Amino acid sequence: MDRPFAITLPVGSSRANHTGSWRVERPVYVDRLPPCNDACPAGENIQRWLYHAESGDYETAWRTLVEENPLPAIMGRVCFHPCESACNRVRVDEAVGINAVERFLGDTAIAHGWRLPEPGPDTGHRVLVVGAGPAGLSATYHLRRAGHAVTLVDGAARLGGMMRYGIPAYRLPRAVLDAEIERVLEMGVEVVCDRSVGDVAAARDEFGAEAVFLAVGAQLGRRVSIPAGDSAKVIDAVTFLHRVAEDDPPLLGRRVVVYGGGDTALDAARTARRLGATDATIVYRRNRAKMPAHAEEVEQALGEGVTVRWLSTIERFEGERLLIEKMALNAAGFPEPTGELEELDADALVLALGQDTDLSLLEGSAVRVEDGVVPVGESMMTDAPGVFAGGDVAPSDRTATVAVGHGKRAAHGIDAYLTGRDFSRPARHPLATFERLNTWYYADAPRTERPELERIRRQTNFEEVVGGLTEDNALFEARRCLSCGNCFECDNCFGVCPDNAVIKLGGAERYAFDYDYCKGCGICVAECPCGAIEMVPERI
Amino acid sequence: MSESRVHFYQVGSFAVGNRLLADADRTVQASPERTNSLDSGHRACQGCGEALGARYALDAAMRATGGQLVAVNATGCLEVFSTPFPETSWRIAWLHSLFGNAPAVATGVAAAMRAKGRHDVRVVGQAGDGGTVDIGFGTLSGMFERNDDVLFICYDNEGYMNTGVQRSAATPPAARTATSEALGADPGNVFGQGKDLPRLAMAHDIPYVATATVADLHDLERKVERAMTFRGARYLHVLVPCPLGWGAASADTVRLARLAAESGFFPVFEAEHGVVTGVRRIRRRVGVEEYLRPQRRFAHLFAGEGRPDLVARLQAIADANVERYGLAPEEE
Repeated sequence: MDRPFAITLPVGSSRANHTGSWRVERPVYVDRLPPCNDACPAGENIQRWLYHAESGDYETAWRTLVEENPLPAIMGRVCFHPCESACNRVRVDEAVGINAVERFLGDTAIAHGWRLPEPGPDTGHRVLVVGAGPAGLSATYHLRRAGHAVTLVDGAARLGGMMRYGIPAYRLPRAVLDAEIERVLEMGVEVVCDRSVGDVAAARDEFGAEAVFLAVGAQLGRRVSIPAGDSAKVIDAVTFLHRVAEDDPPLLGRRVVVYGGGDTALDAARTARRLGATDATIVYRRNRAKMPAHAEEVEQALGEGVTVRWLSTIERFEGERLLIEKMALNAAGFPEPTGELEELDADALVLALGQDTDLSLLEGSAVRVEDGVVPVGESMMTDAPGVFAGGDVAPSDRTATVAVGHGKRAAHGIDAYLTGRDFSRPARHPLATFERLNTWYYADAPRTERPELERIRRQTNFEEVVGGLTEDNALFEARRCLSCGNCFECDNCFGVCPDNAVIKLGGAERYAFDYDYCKGCGICVAECPCGAIEMVPERI
Repeated sequence: MSESRVHFYQVGSFAVGNRLLADADRTVQASPERTNSLDSGHRACQGCGEALGARYALDAAMRATGGQLVAVNATGCLEVFSTPFPETSWRIAWLHSLFGNAPAVATGVAAAMRAKGRHDVRVVGQAGDGGTVDIGFGTLSGMFERNDDVLFICYDNEGYMNTGVQRSAATPPAARTATSEALGADPGNVFGQGKDLPRLAMAHDIPYVATATVADLHDLERKVERAMTFRGARYLHVLVPCPLGWGAASADTVRLARLAAESGFFPVFEAEHGVVTGVRRIRRRVGVEEYLRPQRRFAHLFAGEGRPDLVARLQAIADANVERYGLAPEEE
């Protein structure tokens, strides 16, 4: 007994006192699905690649991105970014400029010559992909990664589908398109161009494939009959854009009228402006709020001097005059004719009234067609075993990003079909809602806008309209990500615990709770910025 | 305030740490190497603000002094829950004497170190609001007046929580405590000045006086470090919400401290030699009601018809603070 005076018990640390026994609820770390990921039609893990971009590790960010989508430089230009509409940061200041960062990563990858992952070990299976648009290319990429051989057939002279023949070069420069297509082909793909497939079953046999993915797109411009004189110049927008893409633009004159209200109508009008039309006028039967085209594109078109006649339909086209009837929206929001007529001078009329898909290759096959599209199941397989369909061919919103998502899912479906497994989509975490965030911890940071080409320049040439972010801007933008629902190692839980019951694991290992001492107060949950901790009742 | 904000998104400089920050720019609390002056296993209630504030302040002081630190503790929650004999949660040199004499004992320790020529060893005295504004005030004022080389830290939870939530001179007006029941025409604590100790300390013209809360760690740590650059008497007043005494959810401790500052009800500022030199401006201003409502000690202000007249008087106190210290957000 060698103790100080008046000391009867040995001194010990309070660590012998396991205060965790007081707890009735315990905190647990969770991963939730961020709304951007949830909204991405291509199924990108956006938050994860932003996480890597935040630290300036652009290559890892890009590699994470192309796990899901092999075309980031293209998507960073043409995607209508539903991710940004869903972004929780909208409720703090403005959405994170995800699309701009994606483009920055895509461009950086092209500049550095980063290559897609190696194809998987050869499985001995071959798949025929019909159509080399976004759906076909995406499917090709994912099939090659799974180790299946791919024959990619396209009816046009060059690959890219509507990305090449539908989207004008000022929105998607051809060098970018070519670079990303080339990178997919580097994985080893048998390519057949200028080849229309007339019969699915025959083509499958011809190329020795066990499965087919149909992604021929919607390349037929819809026509309506408008009474027109013999001399009237009428062309559909798809043909018009196709010919411009092939460097064989039709002569439309100085006054061009485009009929329709979708993105294709805007593309046609903006392209006409660039070809020298002094007046490019869109005639649309409803109002701006009802226009199906994306607001951003409408804004850009108006900025370039495109004019719009809202609430109007075309009655007749004679000589150099269009007869237009004014419409009024009824109580249900549908346009109704008013009988009021107006005249509009025009040298040519471009019809942009929607597109149909050419499904003549399915005639006589077991594949069912309904309302001009092919119904598919969860795995993108049609009624005919081994025949899959996606992109504009399948019922969808018909955007390039949806097509990329279809391509990926079809590839997984085909892989399951070829290897005799059941197809199932991966389970999803519950959504990381805004209410779970503690936004106090995020600094105020307005969004970095991409520079737009001077208006006057873009009226006359096909240079890209929307510029890219600089590295500084991209980094800043990436760091605006709130990391909803997924720990990004801010140390808050580690700091705010009054009981030192959080263990910092370091590296990218995040944290763990020391349940010997955690009293279950819940401060870590309340102060976690991104809502990555939950309290669950203790089993008593 | 003179501190420079590090513009790192996504967390700016409000969170405890950030994987993207250089180690030197992170808080002490972000480091696994922090002292953990107050170790696990202490018997403070769930969500104790005082346990949190004490670790924040002392870990920062340990870093600022290179570990050459002695802490002197008054009686109170902090002492009772950390050292029930023979256990101790302290991982620093720590000593306790009585409720009312902590400043005097700290003075003695500082004098002893000076006599031994140990100028590197720094002394911290610490107490709750009872030990500071009421029972220890005489010795504290003496310590200030002699300008003894001690940093005295008050962890203010606005009452005698350890003994059953009695009123102190730091209890806010209208708050219910065991000795200021929510009864009669003027329920809860009386409206009056109480003892505004940061201003009383400033009146002593000591080198450094500051207030802080457990809701702004960067600010608190910076103030401890700043205090350690002075010799002589220094005073730091830290607001530490008490889930038990305030009748609040244990998870709300940090949130309440933040609301106290953001409403202006608890002004966060610093002063040197009696002159205010910096304030922590409000970032997202809220009315006092948002701060008061989650606390059961103010429940009588909102039950039934409520007492909007009393809430208005509390709001007036917050507004006066905003006016006095210039706390309004920059946009206003």
